[in-house]
Amino acid sequence: MAEKRTLKRFASVFLASSLIVGALAACSGKEGTSTAGNTSGESSDVIKIGANLELSGSVASYGSSIGQGAELAVEEINAAGGIDGKKIELVKVDNKSDNAEATNAAVKLATQEKVVAMIAPATSGNVIATTQIANQYKIPTVTASGTAPNVTENEDGSINEFVFRTCFIDPFQGIVAANFATKELGAKNVAIYADNASDYAKGLAASFKEQIEANGGTVVAEEAYVADDTDFNSTLTRIKSANPDFIFIPGYYEEVGLIVKQARELGIEAPLMGADGWDSPTLVELAGSEALNNTFITNHYSSQDPDETIQGFVKAFEGKNNESPNAFHALGYDTVYFIKDAIERADSTDGEAIQKALAETKDLSLITGTFSVDEKHNPVKSATVLEYVDGEQKFNSKVNP
Amino acid sequence: MEWIQQLVNGISVGSIYALIALGYTMVYGIIKLINFAHGDVFMLGAFIGFFAITRWDVGFLPALIISMVLCAIIGVIIERVAYKRLRSATRIAALITAIGVSFLIEYTMIFFRGPGLETYPEVLPNTSIDVFGVSVSSKSILILIVTIILMILLQFIVHKTKIGKAMRAVSLDADAARLMGINVDNTISATFAIGSALAGAAGVIFGAYYTRIEPLMGVLPGLKAFIAAVLGGIGNIPGAMVGGLVLGVVETVVSAFGFSLWRDAAAFIILILILILKPSGLFGKNTREKV
Repeated sequence: MAEKRTLKRFASVFLASSLIVGALAACSGKEGTSTAGNTSGESSDVIKIGANLELSGSVASYGSSIGQGAELAVEEINAAGGIDGKKIELVKVDNKSDNAEATNAAVKLATQEKVVAMIAPATSGNVIATTQIANQYKIPTVTASGTAPNVTENEDGSINEFVFRTCFIDPFQGIVAANFATKELGAKNVAIYADNASDYAKGLAASFKEQIEANGGTVVAEEAYVADDTDFNSTLTRIKSANPDFIFIPGYYEEVGLIVKQARELGIEAPLMGADGWDSPTLVELAGSEALNNTFITNHYSSQDPDETIQGFVKAFEGKNNESPNAFHALGYDTVYFIKDAIERADSTDGEAIQKALAETKDLSLITGTFSVDEKHNPVKSATVLEYVDGEQKFNSKVNP
Repeated sequence: MEWIQQLVNGISVGSIYALIALGYTMVYGIIKLINFAHGDVFMLGAFIGFFAITRWDVGFLPALIISMVLCAIIGVIIERVAYKRLRSATRIAALITAIGVSFLIEYTMIFFRGPGLETYPEVLPNTSIDVFGVSVSSKSILILIVTIILMILLQFIVHKTKIGKAMRAVSLDADAARLMGINVDNTISATFAIGSALAGAAGVIFGAYYTRIEPLMGVLPGLKAFIAAVLGGIGNIPGAMVGGLVLGVVETVVSAFGFSLWRDAAAFIILILILILKPSGLFGKNTREKV
């Protein structure tokens, strides 16, 4: 509730500031009408897509990866002639991994850059900070990796009309992890150690718990930590004494890296599992490749997936960036194609027409899976389970919804 | 067995708090200033150690010494530039300056290298040793040994050397000490140097133990160490050591009972309780302030 109120306050502040910006823009418009005519002439042969991303700050590795993926897609589309002969221009704005800055960036993209569609921030909290702006200015907004259910669906059950996503939602990852634990690993007594400061981790923990209990398992320990903690030894010792045969750790790599390391130092040998929040090279540096053995993550895609189109994408990406694409790269890439597909079907750059086309997307084949958009604006698609072997992610299996 | 393990965990955290708390308590003892920039000297120490290890390829002990020396110099510079001219100003002016210096260090660091994290390389042997069913990592034993050596060294400096004698004299009565021919300015600088060197050492130890370092890492440990210093009686050196260890163990016990989300709150509740019930701390002398 308190969160909502502050959000509203932010929104009203930004509304006020955007009014001022609008008024200023109107003033300058009166002074020089010739320049205004010029810009509208320019915009007819360029389609501007905004990208409101975490390019610095605590989750910079997510945002910049999505940006790189999106750039590759834009290059490919432009090289193939663009959308109806119009080139795409990607306008990137840094939201510094901060909620207030994310709102700021969305206002900037909507009012100053006048983008046709936006790529929303990488983490769910930052996306939620931009949804009001998207609805207000009627700009279709697609997040590549914001997996919390309340990104597209509000608490009262209403849908954020202009907000979409390319990734699957949190509860699905929790269910996949629970099924993997019982069916593949035969786990019976599990522990959950979740980041209490993020909606993402709490959502995953809840759906994991529900599914594992439905599968006949017991949760023997349920613990929590707060982002930015560095010492997890005492809670891990407590978990160890409960003797679980599987530990689910939804959270982000900055803390998870330390948790995995400290758990192995304390002699916890059980398999550990997390979700896409683990997916960062920094995780391997923090935890060490040895400690990461016998850990699993659910993810959107694997660069080792033998599928032909995926290998084509991997080659193109490696040619441009000299590194193997991770899931965020792939999701950023897919997000651009998702928007492109909708603009082509809408045959217009009008916000409402694109919104309608996005909602009607069906059987669109992309790198991270073939998907259709459901009535809650969530894609229905498959998930991949990866295993860490000596610091490398290895493709384990693919799970359908 | 679980409880012995938890005690080991608590002492590991506590010894880092204790090392930082020593700097707080020494500076307070000598010029009655709570040096809030101390937590950031700790951060600088961690980064200096990191650069020493990754760029110059040195081991843990040389990195520790390099970091201590550079932090001592930084501490003296902070004192000479920011605090010296405020020595006759009100205490609140000096306190606000200390907070300003703290922000200056944090954001200068972010300006030059960004807010991202850095990963400490493995510099210490990492094997688990089983002692009566308790697995203790060789790292935490080594860190405990280094901490104890540094504390013994500090006790030796304060009680057996000339500069230590001068420090004790200045903290008792700066004017009388000056009349006795003690160079008060140099003594205060020496106090800052020693306190900052300990913070630098704590930084390298923290990095080697917890792996993750970042420009704002000093804020929370700094506050915790401040609590430890108050708990032990601010201005009292053995009090800071005991206060740090007690705080570490209390935090661990709170987590061990399953209230991990209350861990930080517990530390601050201790601060409030101490300030209400026994403001002079566990070991502080109960003297009224002279007017």
